[in-house]
Amino acid sequence: MGNTQSRNDLLLLAGIAGFTLLAPWLLAPIGAAYPDLLQKFCIFGIFAIGFNILFGLTGYLSFGHAVFIGVGSYVSVWCFKLLTMNIIPAVALSVLMAGLFAAAIGYVSLRRSGIYFSILTLAFAQMSYNLAYSVLTPITNGETGLQVRAIRTNAELSLRDGDVRVIDQALGIQEVGVPITNLFGMKMSGYPGFYFCAVLLIICFYLAQRLTRSNFGVMLKAIKSNQNRLNYTGIHTRPYLIAAFVISGMYAGLAGSLMAVTDPIAGAERMQWTASGEVVLMTILGGVGTLVGPVLGAGLIKFAEQKVSSWNEGILNSFFSFLPESLQHFVVDVVSLFVGEGWHLTLGLMFMVIVIFLPGGLMEGFRRIMARFQKKPDETVAPDGAQQAAE
Amino acid sequence: MLATAEKTADDESREFQRGTPNSVLHIDDVHKSFSGLHALSDVDLEVLEGETHAIIGPNGAGKSTLLNVCVGRLKPDRGAVVFDGEVLTGKQPHEINQLGVARVFQTPEVFPDLTVLENIMVPALSKRDGHFRVNPFKDFEREASLRDEAVATAESVGLQAQLTAQASSMSRGDKRRLELAMGLIQHPRLLLLDEPTAGMARHDTNATIDLLKKIKEGGMTKVIIEHDMHVVFSLADRISVLAGGRIIAQGTPDEVKNDPKVKEAYLGEEQV
Amino acid sequence: MDGLFLQILNGLDKGGAYALIALGLTLVFGTLGVVNFAHGALFMLGAFCAVALQRIFATSYQAVSETKKDFLGNPLKEDVPYIQDWFGPDVAAFLMDWSVPMSILLAVPVMALIGVIMERGLIKHFYNRPHADQILVTFGLAIVVQEIIKHYFGANPIPQPAPDIVAGAANVGAWVGLGENVVYPWWRLVYFGFSAAVIFGVFAFLQFTNFGMVVRAGMQDREMVSMLGINIQRRFTIVFGLAAVVAGVAGAMYTPTLPPDYHIGMDFLVLSFVVVVVGGMGSLGGAVLAGFLLGVLQSFASMNEVKSILPGIDQIIVYLIAVIVLLTLPRGLLGRKGVMEE
Repeated sequence: MGNTQSRNDLLLLAGIAGFTLLAPWLLAPIGAAYPDLLQKFCIFGIFAIGFNILFGLTGYLSFGHAVFIGVGSYVSVWCFKLLTMNIIPAVALSVLMAGLFAAAIGYVSLRRSGIYFSILTLAFAQMSYNLAYSVLTPITNGETGLQVRAIRTNAELSLRDGDVRVIDQALGIQEVGVPITNLFGMKMSGYPGFYFCAVLLIICFYLAQRLTRSNFGVMLKAIKSNQNRLNYTGIHTRPYLIAAFVISGMYAGLAGSLMAVTDPIAGAERMQWTASGEVVLMTILGGVGTLVGPVLGAGLIKFAEQKVSSWNEGILNSFFSFLPESLQHFVVDVVSLFVGEGWHLTLGLMFMVIVIFLPGGLMEGFRRIMARFQKKPDETVAPDGAQQAAE
Repeated sequence: MLATAEKTADDESREFQRGTPNSVLHIDDVHKSFSGLHALSDVDLEVLEGETHAIIGPNGAGKSTLLNVCVGRLKPDRGAVVFDGEVLTGKQPHEINQLGVARVFQTPEVFPDLTVLENIMVPALSKRDGHFRVNPFKDFEREASLRDEAVATAESVGLQAQLTAQASSMSRGDKRRLELAMGLIQHPRLLLLDEPTAGMARHDTNATIDLLKKIKEGGMTKVIIEHDMHVVFSLADRISVLAGGRIIAQGTPDEVKNDPKVKEAYLGEEQV
Repeated sequence: MDGLFLQILNGLDKGGAYALIALGLTLVFGTLGVVNFAHGALFMLGAFCAVALQRIFATSYQAVSETKKDFLGNPLKEDVPYIQDWFGPDVAAFLMDWSVPMSILLAVPVMALIGVIMERGLIKHFYNRPHADQILVTFGLAIVVQEIIKHYFGANPIPQPAPDIVAGAANVGAWVGLGENVVYPWWRLVYFGFSAAVIFGVFAFLQFTNFGMVVRAGMQDREMVSMLGINIQRRFTIVFGLAAVVAGVAGAMYTPTLPPDYHIGMDFLVLSFVVVVVGGMGSLGGAVLAGFLLGVLQSFASMNEVKSILPGIDQIIVYLIAVIVLLTLPRGLLGRKGVMEE
């Protein structure tokens, strides 16, 4: 059993890796194969995987995870400004800082559970968001957002902006115009940027997979299942929860950092609680507690957002042109409620439909379908096999 | 009976009565009241190494309260619980377990979302790795020695056929056996059993008695709270009778059986 | 001193809004056991009842003016509200002026209907689901509701006038002997009085009616009440409707103070949840107390004197208090034992 599971895991990892790396070709038929969107798939995939480590395994619903996205973005942009346009220090420092923030917030919030925990994390997120727009403006640049500028000839001005890039300057790297993020000279926009995110997504997936299968992962699942019993079993649950919170905060920090890597600007709107709500939706849409689910959910939501919000009446009219004219107008009128500006309406409906009809998310749906197909050949093996495939 | 000196909870310098050298659990002058109602008063109890000590008493006598005081779920108003020279009073439940006190719950408290095997392995991990260890790369599936032990324990309680079943799908009786396995795999120095056979069919009860007898040969100290006198007299080396929050009798099964106070307390309750 | 007094007043009307929303949240949570993230949307819907009523009053047709002419001497077309035709110009002007207070008459039945539909159609099915599911489904509903409102009313705040008679500022300072320079908008005083009256009404309803007694008993021990064979289901629906009405009228009356837009509900919801948690989940008194308390504290924190010592405090005070309260008093200010404890 142990062997089949680790083999299944390897197959799953290989599948994810293959799909991610070939995404520019595989997703071309549905019109999703441009670097900007592909980068988003990876970044939000990482965010959702990390969120799932907390919510999926321990059952603690955080409503403030976007804070760590914000921390990651701001730290990264500051690294670009102060140190170097090379992304390695930015990514490393972002993850570290997000981890520290998560440790602080988690230490306090995890003293409570259930809805109290959700409210505490929400409170911290709102505090960070409000502060980023007010007193922290020197660090966050308020509503304008923090961005990288070219080094000016006047050193004093550059220093005021913070754009000094001491490492790049020391190495004598020349800048022409506003510099672009790079990985040892390789520009991190377009497809190279996507591949960087993709490789990190695969690594993150692998780590999450190992973590889920580890003793630590089993303890987290036991916390979700019956925390009280675990205490009487000799386990101190709070350190486990804090560890899970920090790990998922670091994932979010990485995602925030990658947002800055692919587009070196950071704004506080990334920390708004609706952003925290979005990652919850991604996770439950795909399937809470599964490995693939969150990535799938993130991809679907980002894809739908991109597509649905770009549709307008013209597109709809041509799409429904096969209908008789009066019917066409009616259909277009109704559908246009849900597209373009109305994308959020679709999002909210999706949220409700999933929670009401498919609490296990899409992975649960697949599992049910698989189970139905496999039932006939071998009734005893089918549910177990499907379960593993789903995970 | 052992003499206990005059003690108060706030006297920190006092020496706890450690009892006789082979005493494992020493409950020392414990009081507990709930909003004026005395659930336990002046409870003194000595559990000796390797013995099976049964606590019996009519409903509402304070048996469960006493057990909850022992595992740290309740804090006594006065007095202390000493386990193997360590004061348990004021310790967290997980610390008490790590000292070697395991508890089998009356209403099955398992991990419903985990499989039977995982349910048994979690306490085993806790025993081996302590109350907290993060090693995300220690693969749970590859804990071969723990797994073998868990399988063996599952077999000993008769759950070998259900190893991969989810605990939530099990019958109540099976959950109770799972509870027992979760306690046993920790090889605790002291096992506290809260009505281990309640709700079991006679056949299963006898199987559990046999199992507990077997462990007794292994030398594990046990405290059993039990209603079923058949179980009590099959297993117990010594019995304490709790009534109205006080210990009214203590001794070997024969001594207790013939104690007039016990008969009085049980009058109309149960047949002794 | 004047400043302090003003800040207390400032906090009271905002606190009134918090308290009204938190009251409904607590009622729903205490009786139905449901964490309703769509409660802010109910507040917003109430606010848009006021907007809708004003739009209805303003509905007009074009008529050729009898008196006015354009610069060429041709008769000018002008908009004539229907109500002017029906009731005459005096009544029409009165109706337009008093549209916000009168919107309560619209908000009560509309919100009650919305509340009942919501409870019957959705909330009912979530009684026994985990709190996380309840949060998520009502969060989704809130998004849907606010997007629909956005579609019909646009994204911009829509100012609503208070009646002329209470349009100015009251010389509160003179009343309490603080001098002439303490003035305060009349409408906000009205709002405070209104919220106090509604709170009083809800408490009286719960205290003195048979129905209220059952609801309170249900908040104490849900299982026991359902064991008594009382038709708890129907009462749940009514409680939810009541909570929706309270949130709705709170929203309608708040429109002159803060022009409503489609996400006003979400803004208030987050704060109201904090209020509920600070007050203690399931405690009605706690919700009201915490509502006013946080409202007043928030306005103190936005005083310049305070901000200069603790920059940014006005932005975070409510959340900071919530964190402190939750860590020191796990059950909130007036929370009961056993509610939402694992």
